[in-house]
Amino acid sequence: MPLKTGTFTLAAALTGATAMLSAGAATAQQASPTLDAVRARGEVACGVIGSSFGFSLPDSQGVMQGMDADSCRAVAAAVLGDANAVRWVPLVPAQRLTALQTGEIDVLYAQLTWTMSRETDSGVQMASTNYFDGTGFLVPTSLGVASATELDGANVCSIQGPGEVTARDYFTSQGMSFTPVLFAEGEELRAAFLAGRCDVYMIDQSALISFRASLGDNAANYTVLPEIISAEPLSGAVRKGDPLWFDIVRYAHIAQVNAENLGITAENVDSFGAESSPAIRRFLGMDGTLGQALGLQSSWAHDIVAQVGNYGEMWQRHFGRTGADRGANRLARDGGLQYPYPMR
Amino acid sequence: MTRFLAQTEAAARPAPDRRRGLRQILAEDFFYAPGATVWTLVLVVLLGLAAWTLFDWAVLNAVFGPTGTLDASQACRAEGAEGACWAVIGDKVRLILFGLYPFDLQWRPGLACLLMIALYALSVQKALWRPALGVIWALVLAAVLVLMRGGVAGLAPVGDDQWGGLPVTLILSTFGLGLAFPVAIALALARQQRRFPMLQAASVGLIEFARAVPLVVVLFMASVMMPLFLPESWQVSKLLRVLIAFTLFGAAYLAEVIRGGLQAIPSGQYEAASALSLTYAQTMRDVILPQALRIVIPGIVNVFIGFFKATAIVVVVGIFDLMTAAKRAVADPLWQGFGIEVYLFAGLIYFVFCFSLSRFSARLERDLARDRS
Repeated sequence: MPLKTGTFTLAAALTGATAMLSAGAATAQQASPTLDAVRARGEVACGVIGSSFGFSLPDSQGVMQGMDADSCRAVAAAVLGDANAVRWVPLVPAQRLTALQTGEIDVLYAQLTWTMSRETDSGVQMASTNYFDGTGFLVPTSLGVASATELDGANVCSIQGPGEVTARDYFTSQGMSFTPVLFAEGEELRAAFLAGRCDVYMIDQSALISFRASLGDNAANYTVLPEIISAEPLSGAVRKGDPLWFDIVRYAHIAQVNAENLGITAENVDSFGAESSPAIRRFLGMDGTLGQALGLQSSWAHDIVAQVGNYGEMWQRHFGRTGADRGANRLARDGGLQYPYPMR
Repeated sequence: MTRFLAQTEAAARPAPDRRRGLRQILAEDFFYAPGATVWTLVLVVLLGLAAWTLFDWAVLNAVFGPTGTLDASQACRAEGAEGACWAVIGDKVRLILFGLYPFDLQWRPGLACLLMIALYALSVQKALWRPALGVIWALVLAAVLVLMRGGVAGLAPVGDDQWGGLPVTLILSTFGLGLAFPVAIALALARQQRRFPMLQAASVGLIEFARAVPLVVVLFMASVMMPLFLPESWQVSKLLRVLIAFTLFGAAYLAEVIRGGLQAIPSGQYEAASALSLTYAQTMRDVILPQALRIVIPGIVNVFIGFFKATAIVVVVGIFDLMTAAKRAVADPLWQGFGIEVYLFAGLIYFVFCFSLSRFSARLERDLARDRS
């Protein structure tokens, strides 16, 4: 390594200033078919589930709301300077990867779990994790259960599909028996659980907390057990083979996390002046070439925060009213997994 | 032999009076014997209880909006709120009816729905059954497309992946069946004729394929597999792919119904047409089809009703039809648990459309029976 370092220093010394100047030009030549297509179209085609509270669900006005929806908006704000320049493409889980592979969408934020086989086999690439989720358990408090290990012989309500497999894996590995009670629809499942048809409601944490929130005063009668038995890093995905677009989607998310870490919010984003810290100045595009490196305007990160907000604001907007704990989605400095990768 | 013959002449009875009074109907149909009286009373009590319970739930105890200091959702969940929560409909009605369509532009899908309903109302008038009706259909459907898509005449463009709710249900059934109808006639004629065996085989193949494969599988193939085989520049929108699948299916089912009508035409009709030296096209257009289609109107309406309801299946490919949009309304934690109200509302809309169609079909059967007698 010392040898290489020496060479590097020499090269750096020779090209120092020119490299700085030409960095923007060099990366701007990097062609991104997706970026070009998005600019030509004037909107980002974003694949979402469209039926899941907290991630992507139309509100009473038909406006898509949720973490996934806002992550798409962040990409649109960064690329086009307009967070509303998003075309929503609602997809059922089976269509998600196809829609991305065929170019029907530019970016996929559809509660897609980042798994190895999805990246190795499907021609897609995970850009960033906008929500760390995991399967959890909700039980009636009256059941008197404090841990999932006490659930031997329970009737377990869950949604058909991957949830079944998770349940079977867990109960088998714990040497416990259980009776699955399966439903196609969340609404039916929740009604059955409230009616006492099963002892446990087993689904993603994010769904458990919104369900508990919907119970109002009755929420106290139900307990979320501490165990989280599967890792579900829900991530934004792009097609492989377009590295610049991958970077844009990845750093649109990282910019939101950095903004929270730096204390930049939608409200105060315009109050930072020349006296701000170098990190903030770089972030807001007053210094450096972060935007150019992505082929974007220097105000890209500013536009994300001004129009969509930082990560914490986004989380608060969609999950705040549920009274839930941010858990793994806290900033790294608060013990969570949302890490502000340095933007420099 | 005499024991088989009446010995006396029976007195002539007056023709039964068809117009009976309420008292007579009750006495003759409901209380004509002690057993009937008991059953009538038991059922009246049961039905009365059911009706009262429903009324109590749906009206007396129902929550229609915010009460006092509580907002609508809290009012529905408040202690003692045992009735229906119609406030969820109040809050979500535009989402259920129009899905993701931009809120400020929702007058356009609204108008499009009214246009299509008016089109149905026109189409069921027998007096208007003439070629001009086809032109009206083409014009109205074009107007519907312009309203929904925009992009001309100063209307902001709205992509079809933003369409949702009732217009999508109506568009899929109207366009699907409107396009399927001519295709179905062609398929039925192709299957009926004997002169071109290949044409016949193709028609049989298509019809039998569509009838043998579940629609949901075809929709899934159309939305998940088909795009993988098409070049990237050939982007066919999801709604259009689904519409094509619907059209093919509708055409196959309708073709069989129409073929039934063709078979019911006595061969004398064909022979008479031949004797007049009418060509095949003339025979079909002026002699056979008008009679055949008339006969199978109830069957056609049946297919229409079935397909109208089957549109809800598009949920499997992520299209926001009426039923899907209704489900989205109760995914919101504010309204989770009020699925019954929302499903009833959606069900009522389906009922209004399907029941009108079925009444129309019944009226038509009566009219045609009168024509024949």
